[in-house]
Amino acid sequence: MIEIKDLHKSYKTGSNSLHVLKGINFSVAEGELVSIMGSSGSGKSTLLNILGMLDEADSGTYTLDGVPIKNLNEKIAARYRNKFLGFIFQSFNLISYKSAVDNVALPLYYQGLKRKERMDRAMAYLEKVGLTDWAQHLPNELSGGQKQRVAIARALASDPKVLLADEPTGALDTKTSYEVMDLIQKINEEGRTILIVTHEHDIAEMTKRIVNLKDGVIIDDNKVDQIKALQYV
Amino acid sequence: MFDLERWEEIFDTIRKNKLRTFLTGLSVASGIFILVVLLGIGEGMRNGISKEFEGDAANILYIWTGPTSVEHKGLNPGRIIRLRNSDFQTISQKYEDDLEFRSSVYRIWNGMVNYKKESGSYRVEGVLPDYQFLENSSMVKGRYLNYTDHENYEKVVVIGNRVSNDLFKGAEPIGKYIEVSGINFKVVGVFTDPGGEREENRVYVPLSTGQRVFNGSNYINNMAFTLEKADNFEAALAASNKFSAEIDQFLKEQHVVAPEDTRAITINNSLENAKRFYDLMDMIKFFFWGVGICTIIAGIVGVSNIMLIIVKERTREIGVRKALGAEPLSIVGMVLHESIFVTAIAGLIGLISSLALLELVGPMIETEFIANPAVDFRVALTTVIILIVAGALAGFFPAYRAARIKPIVALRDE
Repeated sequence: MIEIKDLHKSYKTGSNSLHVLKGINFSVAEGELVSIMGSSGSGKSTLLNILGMLDEADSGTYTLDGVPIKNLNEKIAARYRNKFLGFIFQSFNLISYKSAVDNVALPLYYQGLKRKERMDRAMAYLEKVGLTDWAQHLPNELSGGQKQRVAIARALASDPKVLLADEPTGALDTKTSYEVMDLIQKINEEGRTILIVTHEHDIAEMTKRIVNLKDGVIIDDNKVDQIKALQYV
Repeated sequence: MFDLERWEEIFDTIRKNKLRTFLTGLSVASGIFILVVLLGIGEGMRNGISKEFEGDAANILYIWTGPTSVEHKGLNPGRIIRLRNSDFQTISQKYEDDLEFRSSVYRIWNGMVNYKKESGSYRVEGVLPDYQFLENSSMVKGRYLNYTDHENYEKVVVIGNRVSNDLFKGAEPIGKYIEVSGINFKVVGVFTDPGGEREENRVYVPLSTGQRVFNGSNYINNMAFTLEKADNFEAALAASNKFSAEIDQFLKEQHVVAPEDTRAITINNSLENAKRFYDLMDMIKFFFWGVGICTIIAGIVGVSNIMLIIVKERTREIGVRKALGAEPLSIVGMVLHESIFVTAIAGLIGLISSLALLELVGPMIETEFIANPAVDFRVALTTVIILIVAGALAGFFPAYRAARIKPIVALRDE
């Protein structure tokens, strides 16, 4: 599903150049649930942003579902993001003036669906995350866990190939974190490929594979025995 | 533009951001409102001042005659030229559309005027009704001469305020009979003149009566005309010069006078007053245009400011939208579509409410210097369109920039 080879990325700050990713080789098969771990500054978020086409690599190749991702202009990048990817952010990034269901329907608007169909689909995904009763509420009327579940529903709405989650539990308490992880595990069990960036070991252990990043290189990449989040809920 | 889904998205945004929409709209609407009211007051001032100074504004031409000074076609110099009713009628008819007021004047010499035991020597003239406006006289009592008096050879007279005081010593003059050179005339009006006592020292009888009673035949002594007001001083000057040259030529041909003879027929046109009037009008016009342009600039700056803030405020939202698959162009389109829609509606509200205010309050304004405040609808509409375009331009650049920001940067924006 995801295939990256010899990926390099550096940021220029003034006259200094900060080499963040120093040759990453990495692939993800369909249906995997992978966590990318590392201390801050290890380059894990940069990697995720490149995978999410929110940022561009300096060199190396990136293939997503057989499509080479390179030399993208904004327009094509936007279309690929919409078609291939669903994002889950640490700070949820819901649009504050839109109700839960409208937030979920937004990717569908950019797919060009009619309103009626958008709403039907958005309601279906809200039901999936257990928030049918909260459909008409604004984000600031929801708890953190509910917000993240709306964000997950939104990420799923466009039926993407891959879900990318950047510290999805970073802003949540432990109990809520496990609830969210439970939901992510369930989605993964339906066959969806999911990548999670995290620095919390207990969260990483709930995935099926842990990739450790340090100073811009992968230091280890192991399949692990998944711990079910449900047992803590 | 006609994408229904886009409209839905925009209405949704507007509905959910009532305060922001309201503030944007308010600044646009109040800008337009102030501008239109100002322009209306400016127009009102122009009308009011124009009404006040109209008398002086008039582009008056006086024509009188004297002895010829140059030999012409075998006729000796020194020949007395006298104007006739036919001269006046021909000019009046020929320039019917260009003339505002017209009168010929027959002067009655040795105008002894008596009332009972009081008497005085005044300037007595036979004139037409328009003479009131040519002289800028206004009535204190009674009425001025009218065309019925003229046609029926009525023996009526209007007297200056000074004459009234001299003869009647404060008693009621209207309806009394005074003797003018021994003939009884009924006083129908008393006038006052901005020219002061000197000009109130006059007595006017209908032209026809004056000519018949005092053996004037069909002779007149002078003629006075005013031309219709022009848009500006240059046009007034051109019109008056043209008119003056044409009647000069006409009269000289009629009376067999050499074209270079300036003493036989003299045309005096008093454009000095007119120049002051037009200068004043121009100044008022420039002032209000200046104020108007400043208001528009202030409005544009206000709208630009709001657009900048809106785009800034929505940077993160734009990042989210881009992450969800929005193309840069759709972001720019969305921001502009919303801003143009809001400014257009608000601009029209401002326009309509200010026009309504002018329409309702305008007629109730009762000062001398403001009359009929109104505004040219086309000018107002143009202003609204300028503001909308300016708002759109002001919104475009920040929106374009925001749309170019990498989503990762926009998402990091707090």
